[in-house]
Amino acid sequence: MAFINLKDKVLQAKIVYYGPGRCGKTTNLEYIYNKCRLQVHSEMVTVKTQGDRTLFFDFFPFDMGKISGYEVKIQLYTVPGQVKYNSTRRLVLKGVDGVVFVADSAAERRDKNLISLRNLEENLVLYNKNIYEIPLVMQYNKRDLAKQGVEILDVETMEKDMNSRLKAPSFEASAVEGDNVVLTLKKIIYETMASLEKELKQEQAK
Amino acid sequence: MMLGKEQLDKIHNTLTENLIGSGVKSVMLIDTAGNVIASIDNAAVSLDIYSLAALAAANFGAMSCMAKIVGEDEFSLLFHKGQKENIYFSKVSDDFLLVNIFDNQISLGFLRLKMAKVIEELIGILAK
Repeated sequence: MAFINLKDKVLQAKIVYYGPGRCGKTTNLEYIYNKCRLQVHSEMVTVKTQGDRTLFFDFFPFDMGKISGYEVKIQLYTVPGQVKYNSTRRLVLKGVDGVVFVADSAAERRDKNLISLRNLEENLVLYNKNIYEIPLVMQYNKRDLAKQGVEILDVETMEKDMNSRLKAPSFEASAVEGDNVVLTLKKIIYETMASLEKELKQEQAK
Repeated sequence: MMLGKEQLDKIHNTLTENLIGSGVKSVMLIDTAGNVIASIDNAAVSLDIYSLAALAAANFGAMSCMAKIVGEDEFSLLFHKGQKENIYFSKVSDDFLLVNIFDNQISLGFLRLKMAKVIEELIGILAK
């Protein structure tokens, strides 16, 4: 649920990086945090376990500057990917305006991607949101694994597995190398802002 | 969710008069998604309000889940005591939380009295 402050002309929107454990959600945010220092004016918050896995979420606000006279702040979050942390994933999804689904390209992680995507769909329903309607971008991460001799899924297979019905914009990416990380972010911000603008117009028409 | 100038001015006034005026260092009205609705301080503190709001909303959400596990509907207030600074969270409504940061010069009882008044006023303002 984005918040619009008409007095100070500030818009806050929430984008969540979702996906199975170890798919690279935190790595996406770390890359953005390090690359886009001019647009990030606070420390990155990470709530993680002793084993360096995300326990609750990673977070930082990303300043987009002014759009149509409004200061736009995008709140970027990750969720914990491990199956056992579903209650915390649900909490982080509260008020979400846009989702990046980070899928792991490793062939052996194929089932984990599907389980996580189904979990996203179920958790969105709890907040009366529909995975087919919410702004969503698919990121097929870890394409770099092929260089290390790890078997990866081809993009056509990943599209067929996860995106044949959703038909969300999708990108091949390598979060560790920074490939298409910023492009993924730009796309989800664009999709989220377009959706909010549409919602606003519908509200005003009522 | 959208709030206009008049509502935000009223929120600012009640938080300033009742809480900052009583010695609270910083007060934030946030929503349960972690957005900052209003933030006022006594000019002597500088806080990363967006990170604090994200963590406060998450903390409150986690405590609500814990409440259900132990058979409560919710814990409507949370208090964290530090050596110098304390944080007091209170639920305003299903969608809004109030977060106060204050030092040991204010008693929790006094703050709770002030908060009861502020919450009543905020519910009226936000309902419009």
